[in-house]
Amino acid sequence: MMLDKLKTLIEYYEEVLSMPHRQEIARELRNEDDLFLLLLYSEMIGIPNPVYYFTLELYPYMIENFHDWHLRMGMEKSPLSGIRCC
Amino acid sequence: MPSILVAIIGMIVFALGYRYYSKFVAEKIFRLDPSYVTPAHKYKDGVDFVPTNRFVLWGHHFTSVAGAAPIVGPAIAVYWGWLPAFLWVILGTVFAAGVHDFGTLVLSVRNKGQSVGTLAHRLIGQRAKILFLFIILILVLMVNAVFAWVIANLFISYPASVLPVFIQIPLAIWIGYAVYKKNKKMLVPSLIALAVMYLTAVVASKVGFLQIDLVQYMGGEDGAGLFGLGSVSTAFFIWIIILMIYVYIASTLPVWKLLQPRDFINSHQLIVGLLILYLGLLFVNPEITAPITNPAANDVSWFPLLFITIACGAISGFHGLVSSGTSSKQLNKETDARFVGYLGAVGEGILALVAIIAVITFFPSKDEFLATYSSFTASNGAGLGVFVEGASKLASGLMIPTDVASTIVSIIVVSFAATTLDTSVRLMRYIIAELGMEYKVPALSKTHVATSIAVVSSAALVLLPEGPKGFGSGGYLLWPLFGTANQLLAGISLLLVSIWLKRLGRNYAITLIPMIFVLFMTLIAMFQQVIFEWSWFGSESNMLLFVLGAITFVFAVWIILTAFGALTKNFDGPIKEDE
Repeated sequence: MMLDKLKTLIEYYEEVLSMPHRQEIARELRNEDDLFLLLLYSEMIGIPNPVYYFTLELYPYMIENFHDWHLRMGMEKSPLSGIRCC
Repeated sequence: MPSILVAIIGMIVFALGYRYYSKFVAEKIFRLDPSYVTPAHKYKDGVDFVPTNRFVLWGHHFTSVAGAAPIVGPAIAVYWGWLPAFLWVILGTVFAAGVHDFGTLVLSVRNKGQSVGTLAHRLIGQRAKILFLFIILILVLMVNAVFAWVIANLFISYPASVLPVFIQIPLAIWIGYAVYKKNKKMLVPSLIALAVMYLTAVVASKVGFLQIDLVQYMGGEDGAGLFGLGSVSTAFFIWIIILMIYVYIASTLPVWKLLQPRDFINSHQLIVGLLILYLGLLFVNPEITAPITNPAANDVSWFPLLFITIACGAISGFHGLVSSGTSSKQLNKETDARFVGYLGAVGEGILALVAIIAVITFFPSKDEFLATYSSFTASNGAGLGVFVEGASKLASGLMIPTDVASTIVSIIVVSFAATTLDTSVRLMRYIIAELGMEYKVPALSKTHVATSIAVVSSAALVLLPEGPKGFGSGGYLLWPLFGTANQLLAGISLLLVSIWLKRLGRNYAITLIPMIFVLFMTLIAMFQQVIFEWSWFGSESNMLLFVLGAITFVFAVWIILTAFGALTKNFDGPIKEDE
């Protein structure tokens, strides 16, 4: 009983400690994802993308992420007519 | 009088404040709504906006706001006797700091998690935002100077603390590497780091040659230093230069390399410090030897200087930056704001309370207290040292030898001060960059340009005031100015909450009264200091302090005028809750 309480306390403390750490990791990941997304749409800014055709296959996987991305970039609605997330 | 009684009375008042006053504020004034969709849910992105358990969020909030300031302020302010300091800490926490931290959190939650700076722009206007940036600039400049002085002073007084503090740097880098690159859990590495530091502290306290004592190297206090300066002056100078080089490097590194891992260790240190002090208090229960009030303290009146000498621990504008900057984006339910914001302030009040107790129980008799706290200037210089000694006396109740305890306590204070220094130099860089954008000087937004300006101006500020020990030892003269800048910031934040409440058609007296109190005290205190002490015809004429004080004074007047304008302005009907 006492041991369980101690364990909960340690878990709680570890969670408090790891808050900024988790945030920093998530931020790095998001930055990488944003860069990846930019690469996928590189044709739109004039950089030729040899695998452009195949990126279409990613469409169902990325539509949700795409929606979050354009909101984060300050666009209320989807900027691309091809992707109809909202 | 037994000191434990003072601690118990303080705790009871804090508990009543939380139980009744914060409940009243939450239900009747802020009207918190458990079903309100907080920014953490609305803009959930897994990075900044993350719904977080309220206990975890409180822990994070508290460790972010607690530092060295609630220790230094009370240690100086007991000069006027312990009762005024005690009353200001407990009443300030309950009626001012609690409402301030809680209010800024709620205001930010109701406004998309925006920070107080952005809200100043929205609620008052563009000028308020610039004003706000300048006030924060003054605040962080003071923080840099004052905390650099705190660290240099402790390094000179407690040379055994130097080695453990410097060992913390490679340990923190190792933790950063283990946690971020190797994906290890952080609890065990950071506990190992803490153990290594304290072990070094124990060894360094006992072994003379491990104590880096610059003054001794130059032949003791009367020895000759460099450039024709005395040994103490030279030691101050060298420590300040080393600190500034350290902070330049530390503040330009990514946060995960040094700043965050240091914070993991410091969280342990905060808990260790509070435990040692309160458990020690429980076992030793020393008698209070300091006078209740000090009638001999007539060189500087407690009114209004007490209220700016103790800033953190009674009310601190810096908390508003944390409340609205990070905590508001992670609040799970709006009703949690009371727990996180109000109890965060109470946590800091508890730290300030034990700092007061450590100082007022240290001296064997009242006469010795009065001899050390002989004048306000003497108290400013001696306060910190007395706290370290008093805290070690409390720690002796836990069978910790006094020399080891004083080393560990000074390490704790230095660690807090060093991370605050790192954060505030970073903050200063951002503000300089933002002002550079505002006034179209793009060079200022370059990292190394902005950091150089921040570091050089801070070093100049801490080195210039002359203290009794010569060059560089007068950093504590800046303490009242630090308090002023902090209180001004708190005043603006309370003003923002008041304007918001007024526009909602609610009773805004609960934030307006502390706001008027804080701004009034700051204004009177600054006026007295600037005109009667620091000006060319004042008692302690000092051009540097005069100019800085005068700038702060002008800002204070400016804010009050802006406040009056914003509060009396007629808006077109009440705003919506989350407009």
